[in-house]
Amino acid sequence: MIKKTPAARAFAVLASLGAMSASTTALAAMELNMPRGVTDISYKVYDMHMLAFYIMCVVAFAVFGAMAYSIVKHRKSKGVSPSTFHESTAVEIVWTILPFVILIVLALPAARTLIVQEDDSNSEMTIKITGYQWKWQYEYPDSGISFFSTLADESREARVRGSGIDVYEVENYLLDVDNPLVIPVDTKVRLLLTSNDVIHAWWVPDFAIKKDAIPGFINTMWTKANETGTFRGQCAELCGRDHGFMPVVVKVVEKAEFEQWTAARIAEQGGEQLAATDVATPVAN
Amino acid sequence: MNATTTDTHHDDHHDHGPAPGLMRWVTTTNHKDIGTLYLWFSLIMFFIGGAMALVIRTELFQPGLQVVDPQFFNTMTTMHALIMIFGVVMPAFVGLANWMLPIMIGAPDMALPRMNNWSFWILPFGFSMMLSTLFMEGGGPASGWTLYPPLSLQTGEAFPFLIFSIHILGISSIMGAINIVATIQNLRAPGMSYMKMPLFVWTWFITAYLLIAVMPVLAGAVTMLLTDKYFGTAFFTAGGGGDPVMFQHIFWFFGHPEVYILILPSFGVVSEIIPTFARKKLFGYASMVYATGSIAFLSFIVWAHHMFTVGMPLSGELFFMFATMLIAVPTGVKVFNWVATMWRGAMTFETPMLFALGFVIMFTIGGFSGVMLALAPVDFQYHDTYFVVAHFHYVLVPGSIFAIIAAVYYWIPKWTGNMYDEKWGKIHFWTSTIFVNLLFFPMHFVGLAGMPRRIPDYAVQFADFNAIATVGAFGFGFAQLIFVYVVFKCVRGGEKVTDQVWEGAEGLEWTLSSPPPYHSFTDQPVVK
Repeated sequence: MIKKTPAARAFAVLASLGAMSASTTALAAMELNMPRGVTDISYKVYDMHMLAFYIMCVVAFAVFGAMAYSIVKHRKSKGVSPSTFHESTAVEIVWTILPFVILIVLALPAARTLIVQEDDSNSEMTIKITGYQWKWQYEYPDSGISFFSTLADESREARVRGSGIDVYEVENYLLDVDNPLVIPVDTKVRLLLTSNDVIHAWWVPDFAIKKDAIPGFINTMWTKANETGTFRGQCAELCGRDHGFMPVVVKVVEKAEFEQWTAARIAEQGGEQLAATDVATPVAN
Repeated sequence: MNATTTDTHHDDHHDHGPAPGLMRWVTTTNHKDIGTLYLWFSLIMFFIGGAMALVIRTELFQPGLQVVDPQFFNTMTTMHALIMIFGVVMPAFVGLANWMLPIMIGAPDMALPRMNNWSFWILPFGFSMMLSTLFMEGGGPASGWTLYPPLSLQTGEAFPFLIFSIHILGISSIMGAINIVATIQNLRAPGMSYMKMPLFVWTWFITAYLLIAVMPVLAGAVTMLLTDKYFGTAFFTAGGGGDPVMFQHIFWFFGHPEVYILILPSFGVVSEIIPTFARKKLFGYASMVYATGSIAFLSFIVWAHHMFTVGMPLSGELFFMFATMLIAVPTGVKVFNWVATMWRGAMTFETPMLFALGFVIMFTIGGFSGVMLALAPVDFQYHDTYFVVAHFHYVLVPGSIFAIIAAVYYWIPKWTGNMYDEKWGKIHFWTSTIFVNLLFFPMHFVGLAGMPRRIPDYAVQFADFNAIATVGAFGFGFAQLIFVYVVFKCVRGGEKVTDQVWEGAEGLEWTLSSPPPYHSFTDQPVVK
């Protein structure tokens, strides 16, 4: 990556936004939209988002178009004299009903998606997630595996004020952890969320799931990844000083690989719970 | 309308003029003086809250921590919000109400002038207390303006001072609101029935009821926080049988009507300005009133859309999603009515009109993202990201703030008797509009791409848009100095205006001299 000062970067982006011909390459490098993700739910959510976006664009085109036309044509400097109409029951009924219809078009698929999202029945495995200031704990009740997941050392060193480390040189700056959560692909995983201190929120954009981890209560959500890979998110509820420094990283692996990982992890733990200060070696992959 | 300021002035001024010197402002019970105090106060707070926003944007100019400690960053986001909401938008609208409501309904003054004095003068003390928390041990409040426990209970010595200052601001708002209700219900000129009131009066009337309904709820919620922290109660602590989410329900039962408190008077302002400069009556007056009432009603039954991720039952999520989407209907009616008012008018584009049109367009953009956010399944992605930040800043900055600025440009010739500098007003509009979009539009993109809000540092893929937003923030901030210049210049002098000021202006306020006599309407006007 070519290093530029922020001012130069900002200028470059502004310039490219201005000149549409030059913009394609610059914009291609920037994330503009929600990720489509890797779960059936995230596809639905993405489609819902795009549907809403397009409908809003059409409404914007109509409303702002009428405004623009009026601003251009109905100005005093054109010598027009103002009309005197100031109400029309028919028109007003139409533009009360029309938004209703549009909203129903949006509400029906949204409700359908929501019902699927909240249905965590028939899950194949369960993982308990506990939020701490400022790290996550992952527990696999079926196998007794338990470990903490904290910001990776490279990011931890680079984030300090005056560290002198160029954050562009740090791989996955602020989005990397020492021990990622590992889940098998094509498996409905139920996630139980709670917290040990303040409210946190566990979020992975590629799964389109986000829920609060609340002390004293257990929330549920579920996911079923269609692809293997590493997926990154962050805590999404202000939880104090280091709220910005407790990322969520999930590794989705093949089922067989997950079995191996589980076995290795159990052996490593020796059947005991790991201590809170655990700095376990990265998992072989 | 040939009457000039000096002509009409001295007729009305022979008896009760203002007290001389500084005591005029301390002891005043005059609605115009108090309105002026409110407006100056909110302008000062605007720059304090704005400076905090610039601290935030400076830190976010590039990835990595450069300027502030994360805890101080959180303090800045918290205080920026509290000051902008309670110290800028609300007092500015109360100031406009004080100035304009009596002269729009043909009253001599507000109904409760002594309470009016008090409701203003406790504000500077409340905010001094709130700002003093920045220098206390443990730093200022850093839990976000929403004060969610258990995090807010980790606040240091600042906590009781914060709570007490919120109480003071709440008392001030409630008194202001009671005064407005009392004035509108009792002091209208003969012939001014409810359905003849100007829309600014209507929207404030409804807003005042919202304030009276929900400010005590906020006071209750923060008092429960206080007793949780210092008196051993456990309202919001699961370990003692409480529930942290209960706070969020109570808070947002206040909080959602609150956001309409911040926007409904804007609707009123814009509904005054657009007809004037389109030289055409407001389209659909009655439906505007009903739409305002509907929005106010709906505001009480949608609060939990701020908390879709707390783990509500499905039925609750469905209810709050559907109810929230309904808000788009009356809001849409308002926007359509404004466009229809412009339609086939004879428009001119003086500064107030420019800000009003900017309001309609950019508020509507905020409305579009609002409809998207209402969709619960997608909100799981948007929630607590910069997409939300973009949404509420679009409805609050080029929304509420633009409407307040529009109102000042629209009425300042009436207040001072002098025309403001049109050229600099237009420069102010265009610089503000360009920079405000540079500031907030990229936030949609980083939010969708996955940047959470309230973080002092971010992954490098968000860097470019954050850099642009910071450029926009500084541009927008400095553009407001133009506003200060124009206001000062206008107060000090300028081309004298007629009573009517604007060619297309209609209403009782334009029948008074510019500036109006110290006691408005000592003879009651009659509205036909």
